[in-house]
Amino acid sequence: MLNYVIRRLVGAIPVLIGVIAVVFILTTIVPGDPARIMMGQRGNPETIAKIRHEMGLDKPLSIQFLDFMKNALTLNLGKSYRNNMTVVEAITTRIPVTFKLAFFAIVIAILVGVPLGIISAVKQYSWIDYGAMFFAILGISAPVFWVALLSVVLFCVILGWIPGTGTGNGELIYYVLPSIVLGLRPAALIARLTRSSMLEIVRQDYIRTARAKGLSERVVIMRHALRNALIPVVTVIGIEVASLLSGVVITEQIFSLPGIGRLSVEALTNRDFPVIRGVVLFMAFIFVLANLIVDLSYPFFDPRIKYD
Amino acid sequence: MKTKIEKQKEEKNINQKMEGRSLWADGWIRLKRNKLAMFGMWLIIIICLAAIFAPYITRYDPNEQFIWTEGPSAKLVPPCSKYWFGTDVYGRDIYTRVIYGARISLQIGFAATAISVIIGVILGSIAGYYGGIIDDFISWLTNVIFAFPFLLFVLALVAYLPPSLPLLYMAIGVISWASFARVARGQVIQLKEMEFVEAATAIGSHDKRIIFKHILPNILAPIIVQTTLEIGSIIMLESSLSFLGFGIQPPKPAWGYMISEGKQYFLSGQWWWSVFPGLAIMILVLGFNLFGDGLRDALDPRLKQ
Repeated sequence: MLNYVIRRLVGAIPVLIGVIAVVFILTTIVPGDPARIMMGQRGNPETIAKIRHEMGLDKPLSIQFLDFMKNALTLNLGKSYRNNMTVVEAITTRIPVTFKLAFFAIVIAILVGVPLGIISAVKQYSWIDYGAMFFAILGISAPVFWVALLSVVLFCVILGWIPGTGTGNGELIYYVLPSIVLGLRPAALIARLTRSSMLEIVRQDYIRTARAKGLSERVVIMRHALRNALIPVVTVIGIEVASLLSGVVITEQIFSLPGIGRLSVEALTNRDFPVIRGVVLFMAFIFVLANLIVDLSYPFFDPRIKYD
Repeated sequence: MKTKIEKQKEEKNINQKMEGRSLWADGWIRLKRNKLAMFGMWLIIIICLAAIFAPYITRYDPNEQFIWTEGPSAKLVPPCSKYWFGTDVYGRDIYTRVIYGARISLQIGFAATAISVIIGVILGSIAGYYGGIIDDFISWLTNVIFAFPFLLFVLALVAYLPPSLPLLYMAIGVISWASFARVARGQVIQLKEMEFVEAATAIGSHDKRIIFKHILPNILAPIIVQTTLEIGSIIMLESSLSFLGFGIQPPKPAWGYMISEGKQYFLSGQWWWSVFPGLAIMILVLGFNLFGDGLRDALDPRLKQ
């Protein structure tokens, strides 16, 4: 067990180094001088030169990269150009909102997607199946921001069930719509995948055996088939974390939630490069971590997979 | 995994013996039977035709502002016989803008996907064919690219670059090749163990010939499926970028930007400015998704019932 965990952790290191390198390359091809952006039009050449020196922008690129790598690993990501917060502070104050949103969205996606997939597979070619799969393909094809907008108009303006966008005083009701909207796409993907993997599995011999020995259909599906059918679904949940994080950017923007996604759009609009760097790094780290967790959870779903 | 290919080949042989059909002809027959896939195909064809013949099926210019000719009464007109989808706050005809918007979405969808297919297939085939350190390096690069949330990555890239269409294609293409590389690599690894490749090596074919003549034609089917689905998701990505204000620059009629412009008015009841472009995105992406799903079922005989 410990061996497996260590091997996975070590395996993630090259990817993390790559991520840092890509972010560095991305942010050094910037047309324009960060020091000048920071000072605006009023800076005179001497102060700009001084700031360039303080920020290490006058060093050779290779040294800058090593510095950047060291700083990224020690979470020393510099200060925002716009206010005096450090990048790490700016990100950590925004984490709770995004975490809640993403967590609820994943829970909704699983609670909706898995049962829909099971029902569709069990009742293949019934109207429930067609209905669920129609819903699923619409969920994948509709733009998140558009669905978000429609849902705000319907539930906040027309029906008045939800007080509005923003976070209010932190009441959970403000998270209901954003989480549903954000969970829609993963729910649709999970439903489709659960269905297809379930259909593949119910044709296997051991399911026939289970039926032949007189088990009820319920036990056959829930105990024998589902557990195996969920293995690919778990993989997809890990991969979907990345698109969920992309979705967070849009959802938070529309619902005015002060999370990481909104922070990133603010930083991009203000050309606040240290914050952009920080957010991109942070999100990539989260993705690597999420996939590590998924990898470590396989043996729980499939005892045939050994830890070593 | 080798058995899959063997089965595919067997089935292909059987089919050819019986009726003399190729995998492609066979796939087309299966595809034609799939009503949803055909529906998706027609959605794509109709929207492509609308984009090509835009000037012939619209009455106005996409940037024509009727507030200058007809006064404020042309502002935010609800859908009517004169303006089928209504007008926006500048008095522009939304129907015309939606039709012209298809040009932008399709252009980006095709161009950016083409770039990512080329990069992805080349890198993936090289990785799969040569293996070893080259494979390790390319696979590592693929994993790194996969680790970034797509939208944020493109946003960051676009924010750093000066606004221009070709740069936008490049930015999206450079980031979305990873899925093609994965598919190509997996296929090539399976294929290079097969007898016909061995035979080609034995008669002294060089690598380039083997890759282009023997391997690439055989990995075409999964690449085509992936391409179809990718075009849809790139169109979606571009509309998200435009919605956030980082994609196509106004006054070009990008669907995502139109939705964002109409947002304020939607909340106060003037729904048409945001609703029609959103429907357009959904229908086009739905078309690519349905068609792509159908292609996968048709070209992958494993799932044949």
